[in-house]
Amino acid sequence: MKNVKVLGPGCSRCEATAKMVQAEADKLGLDVTVEKVTDYAAIAGFGIVSPPGIVIDGKVVHAGGLPKPEDVSRWLSA
Amino acid sequence: MTADGSLAARKPPVQTPLVWGAATVAAVAAWFVIYSQLAPFSSWLVDQLPVTPGSHLADAISFFVYDTPKVLMLLTLVVFAMGVVRSFFSAERTRAVLAGRREGLGNVAAAGLGIVTPFCSCSAVPLFVGFVSAGVPLGVTFSFLIAAPMVNEVALGLLFALVGWKVALTYLAFGLGVAIVAGWVIGRLKLEDWLEDWVRNVRANPVELPPDGLSLVDRIKAGLEAVRDIVGRVWMWIIAGIAAGAFIHGYVPQDLLATIMGRDAWWSVPAAVVLGIPMYSNAAGIIPVVEALLAKGAALGTVLAFMMSVIALSLPEMIILRKVLSLKLIAVFVGVVGAGILAVGFLFNALFS
Repeated sequence: MKNVKVLGPGCSRCEATAKMVQAEADKLGLDVTVEKVTDYAAIAGFGIVSPPGIVIDGKVVHAGGLPKPEDVSRWLSA
Repeated sequence: MTADGSLAARKPPVQTPLVWGAATVAAVAAWFVIYSQLAPFSSWLVDQLPVTPGSHLADAISFFVYDTPKVLMLLTLVVFAMGVVRSFFSAERTRAVLAGRREGLGNVAAAGLGIVTPFCSCSAVPLFVGFVSAGVPLGVTFSFLIAAPMVNEVALGLLFALVGWKVALTYLAFGLGVAIVAGWVIGRLKLEDWLEDWVRNVRANPVELPPDGLSLVDRIKAGLEAVRDIVGRVWMWIIAGIAAGAFIHGYVPQDLLATIMGRDAWWSVPAAVVLGIPMYSNAAGIIPVVEALLAKGAALGTVLAFMMSVIALSLPEMIILRKVLSLKLIAVFVGVVGAGILAVGFLFNALFS
């Protein structure tokens, strides 16, 4: 099971990113936990400067702006 | 659209970049044709209305009818171009460039990168924490945070369009100057102890993002996305701004503003700065007002000081920054930046007379 963290202080794009990750995982039939990280210190700890960021199993795959659905799908299946 | 993009990314058919490139060129050409016809079209439109030519009402209406499409079109073009440019930059890469930089040169680099790095006010706090925890000096971080909202493409593009390239370039130079000098001064004051405790304890891991691998088509799409996002968000501010501008244009008497906002009233610059702090607007909403004020005899330095103050020193942003900065540090920030804006206001009034 993959652990996906969506990093962001609760802005609308962060919400949209979290929804997109869940939707793409459902499409792929993957079992994932999507966790929202809103704490500034934790976000900075991952090295993310521009939210929303995406961390999959501890690895940062995206930062800054809304990702493209096909990219999310690619990261999830990697 | 997104499905096409992924196909194109995997198996690029030869014609796709060509089609996108050609469509972009055609759209820009169409833009210039339409833009050149705006003035005759708007005067024709105003002539059709049942108002007396030359009256206050006719003045106000023709200002509104001409400026609304003009400003929206210019904004669209500038935002598109900057959206494409910004696809080459990211806040993470900017931080890597600035980390460990000395002050001085670091302040200059930070202010310059502040113009082209994608930035929104909702990311001010993560950006601040991320920069400081990665070893970007406090003063350099401030140079970035001051330049990013103040010297942006919307402000520059609209100034260029409405009041001319000289004013736009001078604004660019002085905006960068304020960001560089204010950041340098804050750095000299050694205020690291005034950060909130938790900020100093954050240890950031340097992050290696995979290369973005964006194609030309992706970058054009990034420009379109920027237009949809920014123009979609600010268009009503602009129309409100132009309506206010139209009112000033049509109804406020010429000498009234020349007296209270003219060059001879020395106190008008500090007054404009103080007035700007509680006001919060983006550059897009304030610039039509700026143009109208100038047309009515207000001094350029006073008006620009007002504009810089509205954009760079906003109360909502300070409330957000309070999460990472102590009140003392915020006070220093406002004091230093305010002093810089004052200097710009007086200097402009002295230079452009």
